[in-house]
Amino acid sequence: MMDTFAALAHGMAVAVEPMNLLYALIGVFLGTAVGVLPGIGPALTVALLLPVTYKLDPGGSLIMFAGIYYGGMYGGSTTAILINTPGESASMATALEGNKMAKAGRGGPALATSAIGSFVAGTIATIGLAFLAPWLVDFAVRFGPEDYFALMCVAFVTVSATFGDSPIRGLTSLFIGLTLGLIGIDKLTGQARLAFGVPELLDGVEVTTLAVGLFAVGEALYVASRRHHTEEKLEPVRGSLWMTKEDWKRSWKPWLRGTMFGFPIGALPAGGAEIPTFLSYSAEKRLTKHPEEFGKGAIEGVAGPEAANNASAAGTLVPLLTLGLPTSATAAMMLAGFQQYGLNPGPLLFAERPDLVWGLIASLFIANAMLLVLNLPLVGLWVRLLAIPQPWLYAGILVFATMGTIAAKPSVVELSMLAGFGVLGFLMRRFDFPIAPVVVGLILGPIAESQLRRALAISLGDPMTLVQSPISATLLGIALVALLAPFVLKGMGRFKASED
Amino acid sequence: MFQFPTRLVGAAVALTLAAATPIFAQQLELKLMAPAAPGGGWDQTARSMQQALVAAGVARSVQVTNVPGAGGSIGIAQFVNGAKGDGNQLMVNGFVMVGALAMNKSPVTLEQVTPIARLTEEIQVIVVPANSPIKTAQDLAAAVKADIAKVTFAGGSAGGVDHVMAALFAGAVGADAKKINYIPFSGGGESLAAILGGKVTAGISGLSEYEGQIKSGKLRAIGVTSEKRIPGSDIPTFKEQGIDLVIANWRSVVAPPGITPEQRKTLSDAVEKMVKSDAWKEILKQKGWEDAYLGGDAFADFLKKETVRVTDVLKSVGLVKS
Repeated sequence: MMDTFAALAHGMAVAVEPMNLLYALIGVFLGTAVGVLPGIGPALTVALLLPVTYKLDPGGSLIMFAGIYYGGMYGGSTTAILINTPGESASMATALEGNKMAKAGRGGPALATSAIGSFVAGTIATIGLAFLAPWLVDFAVRFGPEDYFALMCVAFVTVSATFGDSPIRGLTSLFIGLTLGLIGIDKLTGQARLAFGVPELLDGVEVTTLAVGLFAVGEALYVASRRHHTEEKLEPVRGSLWMTKEDWKRSWKPWLRGTMFGFPIGALPAGGAEIPTFLSYSAEKRLTKHPEEFGKGAIEGVAGPEAANNASAAGTLVPLLTLGLPTSATAAMMLAGFQQYGLNPGPLLFAERPDLVWGLIASLFIANAMLLVLNLPLVGLWVRLLAIPQPWLYAGILVFATMGTIAAKPSVVELSMLAGFGVLGFLMRRFDFPIAPVVVGLILGPIAESQLRRALAISLGDPMTLVQSPISATLLGIALVALLAPFVLKGMGRFKASED
Repeated sequence: MFQFPTRLVGAAVALTLAAATPIFAQQLELKLMAPAAPGGGWDQTARSMQQALVAAGVARSVQVTNVPGAGGSIGIAQFVNGAKGDGNQLMVNGFVMVGALAMNKSPVTLEQVTPIARLTEEIQVIVVPANSPIKTAQDLAAAVKADIAKVTFAGGSAGGVDHVMAALFAGAVGADAKKINYIPFSGGGESLAAILGGKVTAGISGLSEYEGQIKSGKLRAIGVTSEKRIPGSDIPTFKEQGIDLVIANWRSVVAPPGITPEQRKTLSDAVEKMVKSDAWKEILKQKGWEDAYLGGDAFADFLKKETVRVTDVLKSVGLVKS
């Protein structure tokens, strides 16, 4: 323990060297900028910068990459809140309540709770990274395919129960997403499914294309269609631009809970950032004292997922640094960055290059603080965006969405899909189906499927493997309870009522 | 914008051109396609080539484009159709593309492109968890022969080099390759977790990917696929252990169809010059790639043979319907 402190203190000394501070600043600035643009994620940015940083010293450029990573997580939520266009899939849960808040004139507090929540979560998770990494990684590798499948079951149950007014509508949306998730090459046999001979479909549907189509394009179409009926009034600012005392009170617990979801799941080799954000959203919706506000802009629904998002970013560094195991696209690029300097992340990195590892961890603290300083003053500027006349704003969103999609995948098929998903999003809004479960289905469906099939391949087809692992048995139990609890509680309620 | 200086440079180049032909290459402005998303092996190869071609003075500029999708199937289709006859374009490809094209029933094949050169290769390795009872390749062979379904191999995507290698291993030890229990994971990372966690019997990957774990003793390497033992390494080859398994994850560079012999020569010379440059050697050292330069017709032959071998294996494991 004392060793860790000493190492961290040494790392701090490395990180506050003026040049390294500058690299961190460039990193967070670039990261925020690319996070705002849909389609250009932090992974692409790091890839483009790799050849440029080749001549820099390893410490400095890795610090810059970490800044980009954290910055990208921040930037993605800004567009999610302001224009309902999640810059990346991890900010999708943020868009749900965040954009509603922005439309109700509470964009300022939404951005603030997201920035401060990210800072809090990022800091706690970085502390976790510093102290728990070796222990956590032992746990993480014990997570087998059957355990991942069980985790997916928990996510499916909680998420599908959370969205929409009726379970049937929520499940319908979820199944649309699951079907879309089947498109493309089957991961286990290499055979194409539902691709209809279109080569661009072989890799499946891109999550950002679906999300941007459903959220942004669908919304623009919907607003355009309602224009002559009732003009929706957008209020750029109502009440305080800053968080009120009440907002703080309602935010701090979701921040902490979001961190608890984000960090451990992010540390799992196949965990990712999407599951914890959605789990956090579901949890906040259940625990809130203001359930009536959910779906209309509840601050808890922004605070929790944002914290989970950033905590998971720190979580992915656990397997990267301790095992050399990249669990996200950006982490994979950072791994390439390590290798560029002849460094092999893995069990030996902590022993061989402690200055580098601890310098990196220390600079994460600094990047976090920088992001807060960079983003809070910008809140006032960002919310002004909402004062733009509606037709202009939505035209701008359409241009933005289209450009982002083309930047990520320059193809006609991709654009057609964006338009198609836009129409789908419009129809779903028109007929009152929740949108988020579609995206959840697309993300989680393929993971759940391949993990289940992997588990069965390993057990030679014996389904008992799903309950033999203690982790998986526990998780499946949680899923079952979450599935049945509402019915049981309802029944109990009736019982009590009849007693009276 | 910089019309005047460009013309000046152009004139200077034209002048020197008359004097010395080697500088001719200075004029090359190449477009280099990585038929994959940023970050993967092909993208890194393309960006390394970009760096080395410019540093070695072979090309004035190199522009890398990424066309991701389906193991390169999308990229090669675009390359063959869009770059036809263009002597200033190149595309990176490799082992994985051979299998991907066969599995995706791609209308475009590698026969259509103009082979330029093989550049690098990565040696493959089979590992087991440190506490596994399997100590040598022969132990694994015995297990495979005893009950092939019970031996689970973890590796990269279905039909990729790891998968082909699992089938070749089974075939080489006299088991029925059709019955291998191969579990594909997305990328080396995820499969590494499954191996370390003891979920599978053995793992297959590029050697560099697992080197850290092997050195730290968390994984035991039971064999590498090189022809001869890697200098300074204590990991035996499969050949040494009496198993005929030689395979490498090679990466190469090709030109579009329909280019003239002169254009082909220019590109081949440029690549050859790059391979011999110090900048390229430096990159190979950094990335841990083996220099596997093979140019001209020898490479064309190699490509043909490898295509036949991979397609046969994929047919035998049922990934490609014959």
